[in-house]
Amino acid sequence: MHELSIASAILDAVRKEAEKRPGAHVTKVGVRIGALSGVEPEALSFGFSVLVKGTDLEPLALEIEPVPRRQRCPACDFTFEVQEYSLACPRCASGETLMAGGDELDLAYLEVED
Amino acid sequence: MDRIPLEKKVLSENDRVAARLRESFREHGILCVNLISSPGSGKTSLLEQTLERFPKDARVAVLTGDIQTDNDARRLSRFGFPAKQITTGGTCHLDALRVERALADWPLENLDLLIIENVGNLVCPSSYDLGEAAKIVMLSVAEGEDKPLKYPSIFAKAELLVLNKIDLLPYVSFDTARAREYARSIHPGMEILEVSCTTGQGLDQWMHWLEKRRQATDIHG
Repeated sequence: MHELSIASAILDAVRKEAEKRPGAHVTKVGVRIGALSGVEPEALSFGFSVLVKGTDLEPLALEIEPVPRRQRCPACDFTFEVQEYSLACPRCASGETLMAGGDELDLAYLEVED
Repeated sequence: MDRIPLEKKVLSENDRVAARLRESFREHGILCVNLISSPGSGKTSLLEQTLERFPKDARVAVLTGDIQTDNDARRLSRFGFPAKQITTGGTCHLDALRVERALADWPLENLDLLIIENVGNLVCPSSYDLGEAAKIVMLSVAEGEDKPLKYPSIFAKAELLVLNKIDLLPYVSFDTARAREYARSIHPGMEILEVSCTTGQGLDQWMHWLEKRRQATDIHG
């Protein structure tokens, strides 16, 4: 729903990193987007391309790595990826599991050319 | 071609401002809570009932976020406590910078409690830290009891679930036991309060929760 502001935050981060490397051109930025982050990858890609267009950052590619939802079972200390919205522990069947990830909105890497 | 690992949050700028706010709330001994729900669950009604129950000399203030209008701040300012509207102009959530700007001309040393009413939305506000000590999620019985399963992120992060409009239970098909079970499947042990802002049921427990939480801030803050 706020993909454009997320795209804008990604570009701000790219600019900040680019300033540290005068003369180099950032060609790609990699992000990790969790299934629970509230950010839709297609809308993010679209917003990103709109914001990059016509700027000095062009050409700049965005690579989105989707991250699955994870739960942790405190009873048997097992972390698992949630399949089909089932939160029960697949190892010990406990129904009491905790959110362990899936809301990531992370900057993973930049690719630069000198 | 070089690949440079970054390993930082996309919203690290927001998180940085939120950390600054959290530190400032801690220094001033303020409990800040961030109230989140769908549109129409009754956030503003809960705040009206809350402000009405505080003594006139209570050191409490509210910030309220909406996409358009300052209706909520007008509804809330009649109680005599500081109330300010943050009109986002289209943004679906509040962010830490907007909160910091809204607080810039408020003397924080005069406050013990700050309640932030977020924009009505169960998705986006969940990603933005506002420097609060606790997120509170509200659900009304006029909604679906499976909302915790549909919007797990906010139910996992919120410390308390306020189940509102329970006076409507005879007229709606909402299954309270199911709602509790779903919320606790996402967040084991989650605290749940049932309230009605119309009849006042459960509001004493809500006020007690706020007071207890504020004392915990004093001790550990």
